[in-house]
Amino acid sequence: MATVSRRRSLVLRRAVAMPPPEMGGASVDATGLVELGKPPGGGWRSHLGSILFLAPAAIWLALIVGYPLVGTIRDSFLDNASTGFVGLANYKTVFSTADILITFRNNVIWVVVAPFLLTFLGLVFAVLTERIRWSTAFKTVVFMPIAFSMTASGLVWNSIMNIDPHIGMLNATLQTVSDWVSPPGLYPVNTSAGQTVSSLAATGLKAGSGGMLESTAAVAPGGTITLGMIGISPATLQLVGAQTAEVPSPAAGAVSGLVWRDFSPSHPTTRGRVYPDEDGIAGLSLNLLSSDGSSVGTTQTDAHGDFRFAGVKAGSYRVEVGSGNFSSGFTGIYWLSGTQSITPTSGLSQTAQALLSIPLVDMSMIIAYLWIWAGFAMVIIGAGLAAINREVLEAARIDGATEWQTFRRVTMPMLAPVLIVVFVTMTINVLKIFDIIVNMAPSVSQANTLATELYNVGFASVPSANGTASAIAVLLFILVMPVIYINLRRMRS
Amino acid sequence: MSAAQTAAPHLKVRARRLAVRFRPTRFVLNVILGLIALFWLVPTLSLLIISLRPASSFGVTGWWTVFTAPTQLTLHNYQSLFSTGFASGGILDSAITTALITVPATVLVTVLSSLAAYSLVFGRWRGRTGVFLVIVALLVVPVQVALIPVAQLYNAFGHVSGFNPFGTLPGVIIFHVAFGLPFGIFLMRNFYTGIPKDLLEAGRIDGAGEWTLFRRVVLPLGLPAAASLAIFQFIWVWNDLLVGLVFLGGNQHHTLTIYLYGFTRTLANNYWVIATGGIISILIPLAIFFSFQRYFVRGVLAGAVK
Repeated sequence: MATVSRRRSLVLRRAVAMPPPEMGGASVDATGLVELGKPPGGGWRSHLGSILFLAPAAIWLALIVGYPLVGTIRDSFLDNASTGFVGLANYKTVFSTADILITFRNNVIWVVVAPFLLTFLGLVFAVLTERIRWSTAFKTVVFMPIAFSMTASGLVWNSIMNIDPHIGMLNATLQTVSDWVSPPGLYPVNTSAGQTVSSLAATGLKAGSGGMLESTAAVAPGGTITLGMIGISPATLQLVGAQTAEVPSPAAGAVSGLVWRDFSPSHPTTRGRVYPDEDGIAGLSLNLLSSDGSSVGTTQTDAHGDFRFAGVKAGSYRVEVGSGNFSSGFTGIYWLSGTQSITPTSGLSQTAQALLSIPLVDMSMIIAYLWIWAGFAMVIIGAGLAAINREVLEAARIDGATEWQTFRRVTMPMLAPVLIVVFVTMTINVLKIFDIIVNMAPSVSQANTLATELYNVGFASVPSANGTASAIAVLLFILVMPVIYINLRRMRS
Repeated sequence: MSAAQTAAPHLKVRARRLAVRFRPTRFVLNVILGLIALFWLVPTLSLLIISLRPASSFGVTGWWTVFTAPTQLTLHNYQSLFSTGFASGGILDSAITTALITVPATVLVTVLSSLAAYSLVFGRWRGRTGVFLVIVALLVVPVQVALIPVAQLYNAFGHVSGFNPFGTLPGVIIFHVAFGLPFGIFLMRNFYTGIPKDLLEAGRIDGAGEWTLFRRVVLPLGLPAAASLAIFQFIWVWNDLLVGLVFLGGNQHHTLTIYLYGFTRTLANNYWVIATGGIISILIPLAIFFSFQRYFVRGVLAGAVK
């Protein structure tokens, strides 16, 4: 936040710039995992007291982490009531149920996309903040979302990505841009209610190509033409300030006419006549089409629905009501939809297509995820940058390396271990992703991941399927095992 | 070569930094980073503003209209949420429940981890390396792996003793402590290894017992690490959804995250509750973030392995 006091700003800067190497992760890399000392000799008796210090934690871990680990593996071979042995049946279920396969696909998407983008973003932020004076304020702002629960963050993004531009700021922004580039018409057709442009034509109008209407009759200069439309709400007309329809008098050398709402409350079934309780359709954009179909003039109807194309050469013309009058403009992207996706189409079975498609909802949730965790990546990588020996960089510059070459050939290789730590950390984090999914896409089955499926199968459904849920848990555990191995090897070396 | 150049290479560095400072791209960089910072602030800001707008305006006009019509701001949503007082399942009840889970879970993890780390670093029993490696292995075990067996364990314990921790606050706390310990021990052990052993040897020669050495020497020296651990654990537990969802079961008292999660499926009608409750739920973490930034950052960075 911009109002962070100077004192506090300094604190963050200090904490960020000088990670205490003795404190494990703050130094974020192998230095956090310090070498193991050899246990010094000495009898059990002399220091029995210190063993007792370990006891509470050890018993707690054995009961609530150790035993359950074994228990889950056991349960994954038992039936869903955890009573009878069923062999590998639960694993078969997991790998043959379409819903669960979808969760695998989503985990793969998350794991492939999120850690990579996050590390990249963290690196960019870390490098760029080194070059501004208000880097502490920037870091504070970007780091802050980590303090929030993923539930709160997920719900915030749920509203930001709402399809309704009156709720979702993302769609509201896109709408503003879209309306600026191609403004919506005054008379948008409500396609979601089944309305079409051709249904608007009542008198002297027919549907043309590309969603426009054109006059059925031709007209020559000096003539008038009346065009009736229905299906336009009085509220819309009131909004644009329409007034009573009046047939204009003809003018020499000009095509005159009227576009009006051909629906009279006093004569609801009569079409083609202009009654005093009928309004003109104001503000319509019209084109004058020559006999070869090209546009030779444009005009707009006035408040009474009247229009006049002046200075028209002799000939036969038609009047066109352009499709722009009926365009409803931007109505919102369904960011959190499971059905909008990039799907391969060529010669694949339906299941294969589903498994290879990338739904938009995953990408939207990853954006929210980046918002939460980018600060974390930035601060860790920033600490790594600060730890790089400045003299090495200076030497490279003196030797004539450009800024980019220095970064690419000196900084990046020295930063690699830190980048890997961020990447691995985020990979583990993403494998277990739960809170974001259930809060951003609570009823989108296309968005489920292993963790949400485990909860749905094992707890939210009645009766719970302990066997299937345990099999999913074991698979989740197998997925983090490489990281356990890496950690252990780093401790040993 | 002038004397200044040969004598002080850091001056050259400073000169280069100054050169960087006056680059024309600098302005562009500031603008871009300013926009990014703004982008990062907007979601939080939107939550705050929605909580301060009338509930009926949600879905009618966007929250951003406050910038042109600030008179619509009201504290009514907060009054509505607080008007139910401490009724079960309400926002205040949820805040208290969350605190009743978070504080014990934090204290227990900090104390037990410090004790265990002392034993691993200063104890003289064999097998310490092995025990520590097991703890490192447990660091990244996902909580999901333990949910079902622990629920079964709680039920079994209930049969034997008459007290079933499933669906109770102790049940949630026990689980949180267990999954906080590996990281806690890891963090504290790494810190304690930096304390000179001579310090303890001197105490031992003077006849101090292990408890005295822990209490009088190691614990005070390890306070910075303990603070980081406590803050990390506090935020972790405060913000948890899954563990509470599973182990509070049918309990009528909820955590704040469960309270918020309960409204997700009826979001459009209840977003004012979500926004107002969301702001209330992040007050404590935010206060901790701004009061203890240094420890917070260290704790979060160190806890990344979780």
